[in-house]
Amino acid sequence: MITYLCHLLNPLRSSDMVRFLLTSSVLLLCLSVIWGDQIFIDNEWHESCSGRKMPVHNPATGDLLCEVEEADTEDVDKAVQSARAAFQLGSPWRCMDASDRGLLLNRLADLVERDRLRLATLEALDSGKIFLMAYFVDLMATVKTLRYYGGWADKIQGKTIPVDGEYFTYTRHEPIGVCGQIIPWNFPVMMFAWKVAPALCCGNTVIIKPAEQTPLTALHMACLIKEAGFPPGVVNVLPGYGPTAGSAIAHHMDIDKIAFTGSTAVGKLIQKAAGDSNLKRVTLELGGKNPNIVFADCDLEYAVEQAHSGLFFNQGQCCLAGSRVFVEDSIYEEFVCRSAEKARNKVLGNPLVPGVDQGPQIDQKQFDKILELIESGKKEGATLECGGGPWNRNSLFIQPTVFSNVTDDMRIAREEIFGPVQQIMRFRSVNEVIQRANATHYGLAAGVFTNDIDKALTVSSALQAGMVWVNCYNAMSTQCPFGGFKMSGNGRELGEYALQEYTEVKAVTIKISQKNS
Amino acid sequence: MLRIVLSRTLPRISGISNCQYSAAAIPVPSAQPEVHYNKLFINNEWQDAVSKRSFPTINPATGEVICQVAEADKADVDKAVKAAREAFRFGSPWRRMDASDRGLLLSRLADAIERDTAYLAELETLDNGKPYAVSYSVDVPMVVKCLRYYAGWADKWEGKTIPIDGDFFCYTRHEPIGVCGQIIPWNFPLLMQAWKLGPALATGNTVVMKVAEQTPLTALYVASLIKEVGFPPGVVNILPGMGPSAGSAIASHMDVDKVAFTGSTEVGHLIQQASGSSNLKKVTLELGGKSPNIIMSDANMAEAVEQSHFALFFNQGQCCCAGSRTYVQDTIYDEFMERSVARAKSRVVGDPFNMKTEQGPQVDEEQFKKILGYISSGKREGAKLMCGGGVAADRGYFIQPTIFGDVQDGMTIAREEIFGPVMQILKFKTLEEVVERANDTKYGLAAAVFTKDIDKAHYISSGLRAGTVWINCYDVFGAQAPFGGYKYSGNGRELGEYGLDNYTEVKTVTIKVPQKNS
Repeated sequence: MITYLCHLLNPLRSSDMVRFLLTSSVLLLCLSVIWGDQIFIDNEWHESCSGRKMPVHNPATGDLLCEVEEADTEDVDKAVQSARAAFQLGSPWRCMDASDRGLLLNRLADLVERDRLRLATLEALDSGKIFLMAYFVDLMATVKTLRYYGGWADKIQGKTIPVDGEYFTYTRHEPIGVCGQIIPWNFPVMMFAWKVAPALCCGNTVIIKPAEQTPLTALHMACLIKEAGFPPGVVNVLPGYGPTAGSAIAHHMDIDKIAFTGSTAVGKLIQKAAGDSNLKRVTLELGGKNPNIVFADCDLEYAVEQAHSGLFFNQGQCCLAGSRVFVEDSIYEEFVCRSAEKARNKVLGNPLVPGVDQGPQIDQKQFDKILELIESGKKEGATLECGGGPWNRNSLFIQPTVFSNVTDDMRIAREEIFGPVQQIMRFRSVNEVIQRANATHYGLAAGVFTNDIDKALTVSSALQAGMVWVNCYNAMSTQCPFGGFKMSGNGRELGEYALQEYTEVKAVTIKISQKNS
Repeated sequence: MLRIVLSRTLPRISGISNCQYSAAAIPVPSAQPEVHYNKLFINNEWQDAVSKRSFPTINPATGEVICQVAEADKADVDKAVKAAREAFRFGSPWRRMDASDRGLLLSRLADAIERDTAYLAELETLDNGKPYAVSYSVDVPMVVKCLRYYAGWADKWEGKTIPIDGDFFCYTRHEPIGVCGQIIPWNFPLLMQAWKLGPALATGNTVVMKVAEQTPLTALYVASLIKEVGFPPGVVNILPGMGPSAGSAIASHMDVDKVAFTGSTEVGHLIQQASGSSNLKKVTLELGGKSPNIIMSDANMAEAVEQSHFALFFNQGQCCCAGSRTYVQDTIYDEFMERSVARAKSRVVGDPFNMKTEQGPQVDEEQFKKILGYISSGKREGAKLMCGGGVAADRGYFIQPTIFGDVQDGMTIAREEIFGPVMQILKFKTLEEVVERANDTKYGLAAAVFTKDIDKAHYISSGLRAGTVWINCYDVFGAQAPFGGYKYSGNGRELGEYGLDNYTEVKTVTIKVPQKNS
């Protein structure tokens, strides 16, 4: 992503294109950009059964954007009924040609492309992320993901299998059924696409709960899903809170599968809920404390830049953030110095304004947590190279912060901070750094910077992580699987691998009179 | 194909796919569509033949010349191969393009063809003679589906990492083969073009395609769409021309990496030989057939009669997979014959632009005469002419729907591919007998069995030596399912994931590592 971004953004920075985009987006602000503020069930808009609404804020200003209907258990029940009806044998969705499911996903991609500016604006307003990032990274990835899975729909192939005896056996890859999906606030629309695209491509029906902080783009997507022509009940979008609506989904006896992206703590609750209820299938994409290992033989300037964006991208609010930068002894001082300089040069401000690199954190809770971890770093003896506090009083901005001389036992080296705080550690040997990099409960992603092919292969084999980037970071693409080892999760999203998470394999065996090869 | 598409006249999701038209939804055609392109398409440009020669393309319904078309020969093939080679150069825009963007280009091509469905269907009917209702609701929608299908594959054609022995790391890359020569026939001009282009372009090859001299027009229009949607110059080059000149130049070219041919078994031999005597280019062949269609006595009679009729007469009988040996079990033979004759007699033959027409003219005079020759041989060798047997109109190349009964396996009409509206009905007694007789041919393209008995269905479908076996159906095609022949019917498979193999070189990359761990 980042690679793609740098590629695109640098030449664009001062171009007319950017000015055009921003003028248009400001213009749109004056108009109403919010298309949906209710619960989307059975292709219809509903008020919440409880009559409750929840406020949605712009984290950059603290302003109230709007109020959105708040889903709870009863609404989840309604949605499950609708998703179950849409999944009935003989329903339009079940009878549809796979290629037509693919066509619907492609049409949805076309509509997202049409509304790209609107969606990017909404995303920037609602999540505080930099508008240009939303436009070029989040929306691009959303469109690509939808198209990618559009292509898979009629390529999910079963097998015929040469079993022993006078039998003929084949497999059918069938959809699992009603899938609950709970997505986070850091990449709202992109996570929406990552979840619904493989689920729909395989023929499932979906109940998706966007984060309470960022429900707006998901509701806009609901409008587009209806417009594209998905049958009623295939996708239901329920804005709501985790302990109520989220928990109702996780515990529901008539939901066949749940996919969750969020914190490891909540991931455990989801897994338990599945065990307590109906043993629904569970896939989890959770936290990380990802090592990014920089060897002395790398291209230093490039490694500094990649390690910087690997951490600070999206205000540090990435499960993938390279939050433990291990730097080889001989280049350590130089690396720290350049990294701090880079962090100091970051421009904070209104995410809609061009030239701004970093927006606000998502909400007060995250803001307080990050500051508390920064304080712990100072207290436990790490060297504060820059930043270290809030920026602009009475707001949710945090100064880009770099700690050096971080040791592995400090809290900032062990806990996921999910903010603009970079930890830089020192290492001497390959074996040492492998052992230290793996000494964590997490295992989501990792990076290695070196020009030595042997080091690259050794370290990338040894790291316990679902993704290893060599001489790059955050290089993600819809074709490539994504997911965690250890407590970073369960299962894979994206790529062909994700299809497995949304299919049940049925082996059909038929007695035949005589077998021949 | 026809039945499958037309039977879905009640789209379950309205408007989701343009492949689901009811006859009522087909727009009234113009019987004289304007021809926009009649030159060679090389490097995204329209060019005259180096020789300046041209040839006439004929409307088979009237025998009249539609227009002159530039005639490619060896010198033009050389030009096209140069363009395709340049487009395939390491570092070229086409080689550097993201696979997903190759997919997007194919998807856009499908969109553009869908947009121009009515025009392309008119042009196809004008040039080939097939009924417009079929061009519009079968050929063009299947083209669109095929291109969309392969668009989706572009970024999903995955190599592997492989756990080899020793301290090595091993992976495969699926690379395009290079410049692909493709030679396509006149019976489904648009559809064969899509079957060839879809997998070749999805996997990143460049193409020099020769279209049949009988039916060059729709391929050239599609060339204009290829340019319109943004394929880089040289990626697709389209050359109308004759087999012995342009076709031969492609097959024996030293700088063409692969040749794919659809046509007669006779020419298939020549293509394979040309590869052997030139540069050992990869060869895939989709050739003739004499496909058996087996009707068991327990089959649903009405369904079996209708499907067998469709299996043979569809597209004026001009299908390589035509069910041209209909084996009927003795206990139902008479009834099947009677009903089949009644159905053939009711077949509407005439102006292909008339919506009621089921059967248009044969493609040209040569085919027309050849078919009439086979009909004579059938009479001469003692088969019983049940209906038809002659010319159906006083101009154009129309032939009456013809049925022969009491056909014996040794007769010419039971052994050779007729490629016309001539149905052979043969009698059999037992399962074992019919499997043996059905396989007693050099061909092995397609086959079908009609029965309600699951054991018989399995026995026959396992026993038949054919690349495609249909059970209780015929001519059911999907872009997702592979198609190709056993024995003399060809080499390799088109469509489905299998179709990608034939356009890919697999490269194994092995890297020494200091220490291997699982």
